[in-house]
Amino acid sequence: MEYEEAKEKLVAALLKKQKTKSKFYFNDLAKILESKPRDAKKLINRMVQEQVLEYWSSGSTSLYGLSGTGKQAAAEHEE
Amino acid sequence: MAKHPTPMLDQLESGPWPSFVSDLKQLAEKRAQNKEGVEFQIPSDVAEDLLGILELSYKHGRTHWKHGGIVGVFGYGGGVIGRYCDQPEEFSGVAHFHTMRINQPGGKFYTTEYLKNLCDLWDFRGSGITNMHGSTGDIIFLGTTTPQLEEIFYELTHKYNQDLGGSGSNLRTPADCIGQARCEYACYDTQGMCYDLTQEYQDELHRPAFPYKFKFKFDGCPNCCVASIARADFSFIGTWRDDIKIDQKAVQAYIGGEIAPNGNDHSGRDWGKFDIQKEVIDLCPTECMWMDGKELKIEDKECNRCMHCINVMPRALRIGDDRGVSILAGAKAPILDGAQMGTLIVPFIKAEPPYTEIKETVIEPIWDWWMEEGKNRERLGELMKRQGLQKLLEVTGLQPDPRMVQEPRSNPYIFWKEDEVDGGWDRDINEYRKDHRR
Repeated sequence: MEYEEAKEKLVAALLKKQKTKSKFYFNDLAKILESKPRDAKKLINRMVQEQVLEYWSSGSTSLYGLSGTGKQAAAEHEE
Repeated sequence: MAKHPTPMLDQLESGPWPSFVSDLKQLAEKRAQNKEGVEFQIPSDVAEDLLGILELSYKHGRTHWKHGGIVGVFGYGGGVIGRYCDQPEEFSGVAHFHTMRINQPGGKFYTTEYLKNLCDLWDFRGSGITNMHGSTGDIIFLGTTTPQLEEIFYELTHKYNQDLGGSGSNLRTPADCIGQARCEYACYDTQGMCYDLTQEYQDELHRPAFPYKFKFKFDGCPNCCVASIARADFSFIGTWRDDIKIDQKAVQAYIGGEIAPNGNDHSGRDWGKFDIQKEVIDLCPTECMWMDGKELKIEDKECNRCMHCINVMPRALRIGDDRGVSILAGAKAPILDGAQMGTLIVPFIKAEPPYTEIKETVIEPIWDWWMEEGKNRERLGELMKRQGLQKLLEVTGLQPDPRMVQEPRSNPYIFWKEDEVDGGWDRDINEYRKDHRR
């Protein structure tokens, strides 16, 4: 899958789910992209570099989300 | 006068052991006095607020930490663990208290200059509190604020040639024993292999795409000082496939008391004369040793590398010369599905740079399988349990071997597939009935 096409597809899918979920496992993203994990990783890494996506980590587990969505670190104690 | 009264923490100092409370109080005082004139980049009362919030947690019986977040350094998905406190007004010094994992040097060898540099950086841009070392092996920096993360990362990488370690769903910082640098038992260069694989798998270490954490650990011999067999998804344990080398003169010297057993470890008390029968031969788990007159004999084929005899008489018995590693997979601590020890998947393989065979025939196929089939937050050991050892053998192409059987009735079942059986599942029933009547 071409990068731009993948980006469009992933962003659209994540925006659609945004009301209920803002953080996703890597496997969820690979499924949306319908790619093998290694191929999906290349695309997802690039989306992180371009700040389309951002990492979220609990320390033990890592998740991905659209940049700026969901609860933000700076706001974690302001709600 | 301390910033926050801490009666419950103070009580912890009364025990016979060194107390982290005393350490933190000492640090709080040092930062308050600041004799060295450090321009602290995070609140100078961080240690006092840390004690304060811990006391509050003891009082309430629940934590006041929130963990996780988007904090990190650009391009890295691991190495920084966001921590926030839920009482930021009262304990502003620890409102942000992020952890940084620093990839420890191989075998944890470092110079005092290196340590001083790290500590100076951490006093300047962090809390000054470290954990040497975390259970994964990293040097842990405890407590800094979000704006300091990139600054610290820049200085670590540009000034000290030092990278962050792994956290989250990444390859975690590979850890090794001291190895051939100081240990005569080491059957391969643990530090060489640990460094090579760390460099090779930088992408896996820094950019999370695994279902969960993944650990490599390297033990030079079956003494397993890094405890890889109990906690690493891939554990590389040094071994040999020829015979234990015996110096019969030295055996006699142990028996005669000229050489102290166990490297003189038990010299603090008189345990009586060394008794080779009682202390070595009778304790051999496979009973593969005996004295033939004045000669010690070993039936090496029976040896299961328990290391006891070598540990007791290191000058008489030495590891063999045909050395390599055994690879075990799937060990883990008991977070989700209970503790699991590693399962032997490669009884012996040579461990020589650039380790291509290990990478291409063991590590990468298993990763591909786990990445595709592993459920979210499922460790390799759990996937092996769920899909079976046979599936692992199938994805790697490794040949089944009796040594892979952990214990009777646990994982020895082999189910044949149609294409593995001559003629498949079809048979001529009339032909069969000639020899097998109803």
